[in-house]
Amino acid sequence: MNFETTIGLEVHVEMKTNSKAFSPSPVEYGAAPNANTNVIDWGYPGVLPQANKGAIEFGMRAALALHATVAPSTHWDRKNYFYPDNPKAYQITENQQPIGQNGYLEIEVDGQTKRIGIRELHVEEDAGKNTHNPNGYSYVDLNRQGTPLIEIVSEADITSPDEAYAYLEALRQTIQFTGISDVKMEEGSMRVDANLSVRPIGQKEFGVKTELKNLNSFNYVRKGLEFEAKRQVQVLMAGGAIQQETRRYDEATGTTILMRVKEGAEDYRYFPEPDLAPLVISDEWVKEVQATLPEGAPARRKRYVNELGIEEYDAKVITQTLEMSDFFDATVKEGADAKRTANYLMGDVNAYMNDKKLELLETKLTPAHLAGMIKLIEDGTISTKQAKKVFKAIMEGQEPVAYVEANGLKQLSDPAVLQPIINEILDNNPQSIEDFKNGKDRAVGFLIGAIMKQTKGQANPIVVNQLLMTSLNAR
Amino acid sequence: MNYFETDLTQLHDQLVNKEISSVELTQATLANIKKTETNVNAFITVNDDAALAQAKAVDDKGIDATNLFSGIPIAIKDNILTKDILTTAGSKMLSNFKPVFDATATEKLYGQDAIMIGKTNMDEFAMGSTTETSYFNATKNAWDYTKVPGGSSGGSASAVASGEVLAALGTDTGGSIRQPAAFNGIVGLKPTYGRVSRWGLIAFGSSLDQIGQFTRTVRDNAAVLNIIAGHDQRDQTSSQREVPDYTANLTGDIKGMKIALPKEYLGEGISKEVKETILNAAKQFEAMGATVEEVSLPHSKYGVAAYYIIASSEASSNLQRFDGIRYGYRAKDAKNLNDLYVKSRTEGFGDEVKRRIMLGTFSLSAGSYDAFFKKAAQVRTLIVQDFQRVFEKYDLIMGPTTPTVAFNLGAKVEDPAEMYMNDVLTIPVNFAGLPGMSINAGFSEGLPVGMHLIAKHFDEASIYKAAYAFEQATQLFKQIPQVGGQK
Repeated sequence: MNFETTIGLEVHVEMKTNSKAFSPSPVEYGAAPNANTNVIDWGYPGVLPQANKGAIEFGMRAALALHATVAPSTHWDRKNYFYPDNPKAYQITENQQPIGQNGYLEIEVDGQTKRIGIRELHVEEDAGKNTHNPNGYSYVDLNRQGTPLIEIVSEADITSPDEAYAYLEALRQTIQFTGISDVKMEEGSMRVDANLSVRPIGQKEFGVKTELKNLNSFNYVRKGLEFEAKRQVQVLMAGGAIQQETRRYDEATGTTILMRVKEGAEDYRYFPEPDLAPLVISDEWVKEVQATLPEGAPARRKRYVNELGIEEYDAKVITQTLEMSDFFDATVKEGADAKRTANYLMGDVNAYMNDKKLELLETKLTPAHLAGMIKLIEDGTISTKQAKKVFKAIMEGQEPVAYVEANGLKQLSDPAVLQPIINEILDNNPQSIEDFKNGKDRAVGFLIGAIMKQTKGQANPIVVNQLLMTSLNAR
Repeated sequence: MNYFETDLTQLHDQLVNKEISSVELTQATLANIKKTETNVNAFITVNDDAALAQAKAVDDKGIDATNLFSGIPIAIKDNILTKDILTTAGSKMLSNFKPVFDATATEKLYGQDAIMIGKTNMDEFAMGSTTETSYFNATKNAWDYTKVPGGSSGGSASAVASGEVLAALGTDTGGSIRQPAAFNGIVGLKPTYGRVSRWGLIAFGSSLDQIGQFTRTVRDNAAVLNIIAGHDQRDQTSSQREVPDYTANLTGDIKGMKIALPKEYLGEGISKEVKETILNAAKQFEAMGATVEEVSLPHSKYGVAAYYIIASSEASSNLQRFDGIRYGYRAKDAKNLNDLYVKSRTEGFGDEVKRRIMLGTFSLSAGSYDAFFKKAAQVRTLIVQDFQRVFEKYDLIMGPTTPTVAFNLGAKVEDPAEMYMNDVLTIPVNFAGLPGMSINAGFSEGLPVGMHLIAKHFDEASIYKAAYAFEQATQLFKQIPQVGGQK
């Protein structure tokens, strides 16, 4: 019997607002435990939530970027449960009316474009973090408590682990280009839960699904789903039944392990949050937010190819991250040639980042410096060979024009200076002229070498070549 | 000294004229509280040393002649946070809780250099109508120590009525200011929802809770509201509307005022004496040139049932934070996390609080949400519409505050359903978020009968106008309980 797989993904993205969703505490990764907290985050008696308008606007950005319909009005709900990382024992979320509904995301698998539906997007607050120390104590860090999240729930349109991987890649990129989040799995600013079920091909009803947790990278998502699909098929083929359960992906063995069986739906006793007024989202507000939405990756790719003449593949590489794409745009805006800029970013700059294990914005390179160097190459001031030295310098934060000046790297391009040198060398090498006339091309190379030697390598090879050929033909 | 025969303006003048200093006033107040408390038990915490230190600081700085409250002792209900001063909400759960910040209302009183004289007794987490559910023993009615003072702000009401303080803050979720004001024959106002910031108020039913104030006179009451009202960015349900001077239009002239008297408020369950007193008050209003007409608020009768669902649902969520971990009572010898939660809450909460947590938890549960919480919310909407219809034609609604006068301590403790009926006349006002006041309208067998005055949203001024005219015409506020000499 053949089976088909159905996958739905729930992705939580931490939004990098300046302050928390319902308190003025700062949102910041890596602060000392409980440093970024106040009485609201502690769930102290007498506190009230203070809704951050920025969190809703970021939620609207995500909804718009995913082609979802933004709700004309919404309100907050309380989701009640006890846990030490949830100090007031309820989470403020949007249960009844999500900020966005009915969106989609386009993915590409094996050259085929497919549209994956986005069922809904909710804005909500994150919980704190519990850590369990071998000393027997558990520690609670409430820094994360109240950080705004956007939960993005896909439709069950995903039919393979590869599609799931492509969906996550596309989602990460889309969200990153809205500017609302760093979307880093390793820092927990993007978290994925996956639901998977299998059914015999042709069967109408979905099979019983299991939920996968502890998926710490896109790769683990793919591997976990692959394992889980196989496991479910094996269970069914052996005459067994799948039970609704939560499973954990185990990185060491590449398998999924049972965490808990779901016995009926958990009862979170949702009800409207009485401490916060309902929100009316006017068309004007949506338009305002739409106007602040940065240009997305697909639009940028199109622009790079159509307007800047960048290769399709290169455009894709440059738009892989928002930083790279913004850097590219800024460099071109500084007057640098687009193709050369793309080549530098994908080549030397990328190699430098890999070598030093730095993110682009962590390097000392600026768009102005990169553009400055590229312009020096373009106008013949420096050769590509000299550019290698200049590149090293600008990666150390040096200004390229000043550096070229200071280190005498300027290329000799002035015919008035070069012509006398060429004449002198030709006068001194009559044999080479003879060879050239007899069709021996090697002679040209020899003469250029001599000119370069005479100019200490600073002569512009293109100009030299031009002048030399004219001079040779004239003799 | 006691506060029976003085008011804010007189005391302020004495302080300004240096007839008395704030320290002397505070000392005298503390001495009187000490004497009176043995009978009344209106306070959970008397703030003696800190209050004296505060009074001294005010004296040193000099009494501010432009500030009515400068140097004057005021009491605060114990569910309103006072920094570094015990704030228990009447519960064992918070019997050791000293907050790290002040409520906005507290802050505003301190900002006026009022002296925080103490924290008043209350039903546990404001759940009750007699102050008998307090972990710190019941408070007594100022007029008769065998009677309940009402609740949940029974401590504040009794403290003012007993002459211990001139003014006290209370809170009102379903009648917790107006009912004890009625039972103690004083002026108690629940402002419009959103008029006073709830920041620093330990939440009970968040969509209903409102801080208000008790005083002996209408003018003093308006003066306190002038101070505590106003927008607060820390409470996003607080209103941005400007705060008028509530003492401005106390002229005694209410000619042409249109007052509605709902027939449901004088129906079944309302005692004959209460009914008579209110009808007399209506005649009084008419005699002063107002019109009083009968109207109907047909959905009022569903108020109590809907209230105990909505308020308890919100409470069940609000009180989850009391888990024994970060503050408050923690049970000993818990075996694990869950055990710690269960034990701390089992030992830390009293019966009435547990009853409401269970009621609310049930009402919100997946299988009962539609039949209970949702239905109750629909009833609430109908009650709101009832009021809207009446206020299209009338300036004010009048009626009794409570069905009966104060009853015996312990009389209804065993019968929650009957106890809950105490709030039948006050609950609809919380549902609609309207301002409501109780003011003494007379006596029945030596116990005060409260008149309930209700106005449109943010129209506290109309209540004050009518109440002041009534108070000046009747002079009832001059009657004082025979403290210590109970009949």
